[in-house]
Amino acid sequence: MSASGRPGDEAVDRPRQGTAPLLSARGLRLAFGGVKAADGIDLDVMPGEFLAIIGPNGAGKTTFINMTTGYLRPQAGSISYDGQPILGLSPRAIVARGIGRSFQLPQLFTEHTVLENAALAIAARAGLWSPLAPLLRPAWRTEAMAVLDRFGLAPLAGQRADALNEGARKLADIAMAVALQPRLLLMDEPTSGVAAAEKMGVVETLVRVLREAKVTAVFVEHDMEVVERFADRVAVWSQGRIAALGPPATVLKDPAVLRDVIGIEPPTGPPAGLPARESGHA
Amino acid sequence: MSGDRDAPAAAPAHVQVHAQGPAGVTLAREGALALLAAAAAILVAWAVPWLKFVLTLALAKGIAVLGILLLLRAGQVSFGHAMFLATGAYTVAFVAPRIEEVLLLLPLAMLLATLLGLAVGLFVVRYRDIFFGMLNLALSMVLYSLLEKLYDYTKGTDGIRVAALRFAGTVPGRETQEWLMFGLALLLAIGFGLLVRAYLGSPMGRALAGIKTRETRLEFMGISARRVLLFAYVLSALMGGAAGALVAMTSRHVTPQLAYWTSSGELVFIAILGGAGSALGPFLGAAGFELVRVYAAAAVAEAWQLILGSVLLLVILFAPGGIWGMLSGRLRGRGA
Repeated sequence: MSASGRPGDEAVDRPRQGTAPLLSARGLRLAFGGVKAADGIDLDVMPGEFLAIIGPNGAGKTTFINMTTGYLRPQAGSISYDGQPILGLSPRAIVARGIGRSFQLPQLFTEHTVLENAALAIAARAGLWSPLAPLLRPAWRTEAMAVLDRFGLAPLAGQRADALNEGARKLADIAMAVALQPRLLLMDEPTSGVAAAEKMGVVETLVRVLREAKVTAVFVEHDMEVVERFADRVAVWSQGRIAALGPPATVLKDPAVLRDVIGIEPPTGPPAGLPARESGHA
Repeated sequence: MSGDRDAPAAAPAHVQVHAQGPAGVTLAREGALALLAAAAAILVAWAVPWLKFVLTLALAKGIAVLGILLLLRAGQVSFGHAMFLATGAYTVAFVAPRIEEVLLLLPLAMLLATLLGLAVGLFVVRYRDIFFGMLNLALSMVLYSLLEKLYDYTKGTDGIRVAALRFAGTVPGRETQEWLMFGLALLLAIGFGLLVRAYLGSPMGRALAGIKTRETRLEFMGISARRVLLFAYVLSALMGGAAGALVAMTSRHVTPQLAYWTSSGELVFIAILGGAGSALGPFLGAAGFELVRVYAAAAVAEAWQLILGSVLLLVILFAPGGIWGMLSGRLRGRGA
């Protein structure tokens, strides 16, 4: 275990404070009718960090992922990735720049095997669209098996994707995104629907693989134990705004966060001394 | 969780998906079945000469239905695909007076159907489900109307008679010509069957199936679902053109009925009857369809459609995988 105490920290660079952000969002606004899903979102994601997004349902967490990956276009604001503007690009163009995503409901090709799902992601990355050569050609098959092996899914490679349990489906969904070799991965509730007994195992596997691959990650999460153990920073979403941002150790002690987001009454006593927003990245 | 990081990434022994078709039947068994079906067709054509004509048409329609099968893999049904069959047939009818050579007419018919497929496909692949099906139907009815109304060029519903054609420069006798057409149809059926099988196992083919289940995911993998569907659509148009050319060369008479919506419905009917699980399904379905039609028409001339409809109903109720589904189930049962 590293000095920080976080699993998988040994093999990776920590978030590089002071360097240019990998992803930078400024003044993002988007409303659905009268509901403000994004109401002036400013956020920087630093290279190598694991940023957790927490907040109540409807706060705009998934909307942020959808805007960043080109699925939704904000009504105002800007998003840049690696210093280049990406607003207005299609999801395909954004994927090509190195941003991957996984989904709250795993988006696997259910008629395909797990191995074919992973191999198809590798084929997509390779851009080789020969209509006659087989998908499971030796090189892609080997690479797909290697990706699945890293996620502990190799024994399930021959199973149809719709036969997996929820934990395996989540990992397979993320494995497909990782097979695209993104530099930034946005994950929407990677542990939702996963049985409590297997949740920590799923996250530990996930974090280890992403750290090894030096992938920067942003993930929406409702489990505060997962956030506390695995996130470098946490952003608290509330009504389309970032209500708090900082290390989990401090943000998760904020009385307002405890009361409004986590839904528990903060312990009485001296104030935690948490600033409402951390200056710097956001 | 995943054990040794240096563990070999080779597939476990039980991962055999590469050697199996979508229905789980091995390539060897499917190939053996295809060879058996081809041998049976030749035997029947030799033993019952008048069935040669029926089987040639069945093979031609099977080729067109292969195109329907591709679209079915993407979860899309075209109710207008006969327009490509009609394009191939009318290409032969229009050009045959100037070029009598089958080996030139066939690729020309395929080329024109492919170009039409590209033009139509660029428009229709933007739509899905019922809109995709109905747009195809609408466009095929436009072609039907043109073929019917432009009498000076198409002779309307009278149709165009196709003159005797040359094979590699020679004009064979009637019996030989029938065998040549049958052989050509069989050769094309095998060729297109192999092509479709390889295509469906390729990244493009697997992405095509992905349109049916997770089109959004394809986009987030950097894959254009429209381009994937367009390629399949154009390929299906090419096969429709080949089928139309074979129909025109075999029946030696083309009419606008070839483009009518019932002809497209017939192709979908055959696809369901044969089953979409294998490239062999369309040919099994086409043979079944033509044989049921011939014998039903002979037995109950006024109600043969009733018998055809009943057959389809029975297939949908008791064998939703079609003839291929029944066969592959038995093969898997034996293999177990």
